[in-house]
Amino acid sequence: MGPEWQAVWLTLKLAGITTLLLLIIGTPLAWWLARSQHWSRQPVSALIALPLVLPPTVLGFYLLIVMGPDGLVGRLTEQLGLGLLPFTFEGLVVASIIYSLPFTVQPLQNSFMTIDQRLLEVAATLRASPRDRFFTVVLPLARPGFLSAAVLTFAHTVGEFGVVLMIGGNIPGETKVLSVAIYDHVEALDYGSAHWLAAGMLAFSFIVLLSLYSLNGRLQPGVMK
Amino acid sequence: MTVSRGVQARFRCSFGPFRLDVDLDLPGSGVTALFGHSGCGKTTLLRCIAGLQPAEGALAVNGETWQDGSRSLPVHQRSLAYVFQETSLFPHLSVRRNLNYGFRRIPEARRQVGFDQAVSWLGLDHLLDRMPERLSGGERQRVAIARALLTSPDLLLMDEPLSALDARSKQDIMPYLETLRDSLAIPILYVSHSTAEVARLADHIVMMDNGQVVAEGPLQQTLARTDQPFGLEEDAGVIMDAVIGQRDEQWHLCRADFDGGHLWLRDDDTLATGQRIRVQVLARDISIALSQLTEQSTQNLVPATIDEIAADLSPGTSMVRLMAGNTPFLARLTSRSVHTLSLQPGQRVWMQVKSVAIVD
Repeated sequence: MGPEWQAVWLTLKLAGITTLLLLIIGTPLAWWLARSQHWSRQPVSALIALPLVLPPTVLGFYLLIVMGPDGLVGRLTEQLGLGLLPFTFEGLVVASIIYSLPFTVQPLQNSFMTIDQRLLEVAATLRASPRDRFFTVVLPLARPGFLSAAVLTFAHTVGEFGVVLMIGGNIPGETKVLSVAIYDHVEALDYGSAHWLAAGMLAFSFIVLLSLYSLNGRLQPGVMK
Repeated sequence: MTVSRGVQARFRCSFGPFRLDVDLDLPGSGVTALFGHSGCGKTTLLRCIAGLQPAEGALAVNGETWQDGSRSLPVHQRSLAYVFQETSLFPHLSVRRNLNYGFRRIPEARRQVGFDQAVSWLGLDHLLDRMPERLSGGERQRVAIARALLTSPDLLLMDEPLSALDARSKQDIMPYLETLRDSLAIPILYVSHSTAEVARLADHIVMMDNGQVVAEGPLQQTLARTDQPFGLEEDAGVIMDAVIGQRDEQWHLCRADFDGGHLWLRDDDTLATGQRIRVQVLARDISIALSQLTEQSTQNLVPATIDEIAADLSPGTSMVRLMAGNTPFLARLTSRSVHTLSLQPGQRVWMQVKSVAIVD
């Protein structure tokens, strides 16, 4: 596998794993945010939205410190025998999860909030347990939300650069993702290779967003046939 | 072991200025109407019974405890069905899959109502493969009712199931509700603020006001109370069940026999001899004569005994309760007539009934 394809593969792997893990973590979190009346709802919402406004370098900087040998998380991972996370693929996954969290939670939260509470009450009177109600009412009705969340998370992870550079560096096959590879090519004045990758990214992003919008138009609950 | 039939419900809860405080013992079958103005707490009571609204109290249905001081069954473990006021079909499921939603969750041994039976009761055969958005309001509510029945509940709760429908759909759906009332052996609690619906469907009535029960009892006796707890004012009157005893085809009349007499009704060729009907006689449509006047236009002269004379809403009128056999009637008379005729409880009189309405 050539170094370019290695970068492509690494990027897709990172985005895929991040999306999968974020859907698992983000779903209960979004459900809680959509339904809870607890006072901590607003602070948690603000915390989750932080990556939207912070420069990625700020996030990367603190992650580097926290996961480093003197950081809280770093000491923990070392004690668990996992070594240190910065400059590893696993470290990139952890950073991407934090960086892309709002892109998973917000679409899910919005679609959970539009589900009529009455339908869940109806399901309960029809003998569905809370878990059953989630899988048979919430999930199907929130399908457009899940689709948006998955696509946005995936695409956002593919496009991340600053955090990767801070926490992952530039190790081929381990942390050198597409955006970093493009940066390398430009620095080396190899505009041909940079074009090749950059145009690919552009086309990829456009196709992803286009399919998201057209699928969402068709997937509105109640219009499904 | 004796099992107490019926529904024993005692609830207390409050939010903001509203307080619900009820203690009811309702019959184990037939329709009980929860009646009252909006905001009186009838829907809240229904939600407490369903377990959708947490409240302090106790609840037993046909001898099975659903809630008491220490524990409360979650909604999905209560053998009840709930028909909501507005459309509540799952928008992502076809009519068939909406109906199956509850049906599939009931163990086969517990199923009393078959799928095909519910479909035919509510006339849904041709709708099974439609999506809810393609149904009219009346059709949606019929699907919701069938879906509720398919859980073979021990208790059916209906929260103003007709109020969101237009007059035409109401008329269409009423016969289906009557079928249910006559076919199911379970208690049905029916929240309504429509006197017409109550008159047609209810066997038992609970009047609520401001979170409390103001009056309750069997429909016929409760409507015939001279103190008029339901505040029906101009619509005060009695409801009774009757059987068509005879038809007079020449004059287009038919005779409705009730327990204690009979009344002649206009026959519009829809009634058959032997048919059971429910009729309403308003208090303002009855006047009283001391003797049987033969030369007058009123078709209906019924002998009765004065049971009670009470004050009415205004000092100018009095409410008189009469018994024809076992059937109570109410007559609203001017207080002057009561005085002039010197009416007394126990007196035998003739009721002139000017108008009788068939409500069912």
